[in-house]
Amino acid sequence: MGIEILGLPMMYYIAMVAKVLVAFLFVLLTVAYATYAERKIIGHMQVRLGPMRTGWHGLLQPIADGLKLFFKEEIIPSQASTFAFLIAPVIALVPAFMTFAVIPFGGVIEVAGYKIPLQVASYIDVASGKVYDVNVGVLYILAMSSLGVYGIVLAGWASNSKYSLMGGLRASAQLISYELSAGLAIVSVFMLSQTLSLNEIVNQQSSFNGLGWYIFKQPLAAFLFFICSIAEINRTPFDLPEAETELVSGFCTEYSSMKYAMFFMAEYANMITVCALTTTLFLGGWNGPFATVFPLLGLVYFVAKVYFLIFFCMWIRATLPRYRYDQLMHLGWKVLLPISLVNIVVTGIIGYFIK
Amino acid sequence: MLGTYLPILLVVLIAIIFGLVALTFSSLIGPKKKTALKLSPYESGCAPVGTARERFSIKFYLIAMLFILFDIEAVFLYPWAILYKKLGVFGLVEMGVFVVILFVGYIYVWKKGALEWE
Repeated sequence: MGIEILGLPMMYYIAMVAKVLVAFLFVLLTVAYATYAERKIIGHMQVRLGPMRTGWHGLLQPIADGLKLFFKEEIIPSQASTFAFLIAPVIALVPAFMTFAVIPFGGVIEVAGYKIPLQVASYIDVASGKVYDVNVGVLYILAMSSLGVYGIVLAGWASNSKYSLMGGLRASAQLISYELSAGLAIVSVFMLSQTLSLNEIVNQQSSFNGLGWYIFKQPLAAFLFFICSIAEINRTPFDLPEAETELVSGFCTEYSSMKYAMFFMAEYANMITVCALTTTLFLGGWNGPFATVFPLLGLVYFVAKVYFLIFFCMWIRATLPRYRYDQLMHLGWKVLLPISLVNIVVTGIIGYFIK
Repeated sequence: MLGTYLPILLVVLIAIIFGLVALTFSSLIGPKKKTALKLSPYESGCAPVGTARERFSIKFYLIAMLFILFDIEAVFLYPWAILYKKLGVFGLVEMGVFVVILFVGYIYVWKKGALEWE
């Protein structure tokens, strides 16, 4: 098969670059238009119109916002630790993009006689026709999603402002508390799937014409995981780190210009990743009726499911008030943690009797 | 191995370049009118009192320590969950004992009041 570099065919490299760029642009565009969609959806839920002036029904709003933030003055507080202050937004942003690399967003498509699995970090072995992906995909995602908190803590500490510090501390305490329950909630999925590879997990949900989703077998785990994920990405009703009535703007109080925009992008990119991961683990990934026959239909299913979950996050934001901090800790440690542990034990016992 | 991890490396590179380029450009383009008041830390419009680098509540340390303990237990559950069907009844009982011990520790922490946040 033509030229080979490091034991991999040339087509692999072309497909890799194409997939990385497509996934990156997909996340970037979704981030931009998620901000618009959020304002529009919440506006209509509160019987307002939302942005209307820039473009038809405000469609150019994200571009206008981005340009505006680009041209704003960059303020570095005189008491801040300059290097940490500058690098914190990048540290928050990079893991948010990295997590998307292992999520399968479609089946195997064929371009110019070369089969390409629609998952960034994967390839197909030409001889055996087997798809290889990161075999510890879920662990990789859990690791990356915890890396993002470094950016937030660093931002809070480097700003040398009391609001920022409190916001950063709250964010880290909240993130680690809920990551625990999220990590335990998905153990019951691995007990069913017997693998950590996301590609395999998606394939196992393809029964019943693509509707054998794990949410039907593990509704409690899906519910727990989604709640914990919303808490992990600091969205309402768990957006304590940036509770504007108490902490002004939390860890990004001192940030301005593009650096502020990058924290926002990281937050929305994390939301997309979390929704994509929930889709992959519980909603069958790209599976759906006839998705195995038409691979591009799988892509449509995946995007539709992810967008529905993003809409769901916004719906929650428009509906629920914010938690108090002690209530938040109470929910995480005294309610969700024991439930997820009991769920593992119950799944274990039931799974032993039903082979 | 290489085939699966190479794309991740590329994503990291693109993300870092994207971040750094965005930072550099915005700091080059934006206006620069620095004043002493503008650069002081924000404290609701009042003059800042003291420094922010002070001691903060011990509860944050406690939560961090509890997290490490429980997260290690969670990581122990991962390999077990992967092999759970192969291990059969032995694995199930083994993990039952493990979870019971974990639960005893959890109840101890709860009764000691480490999870209270007042």
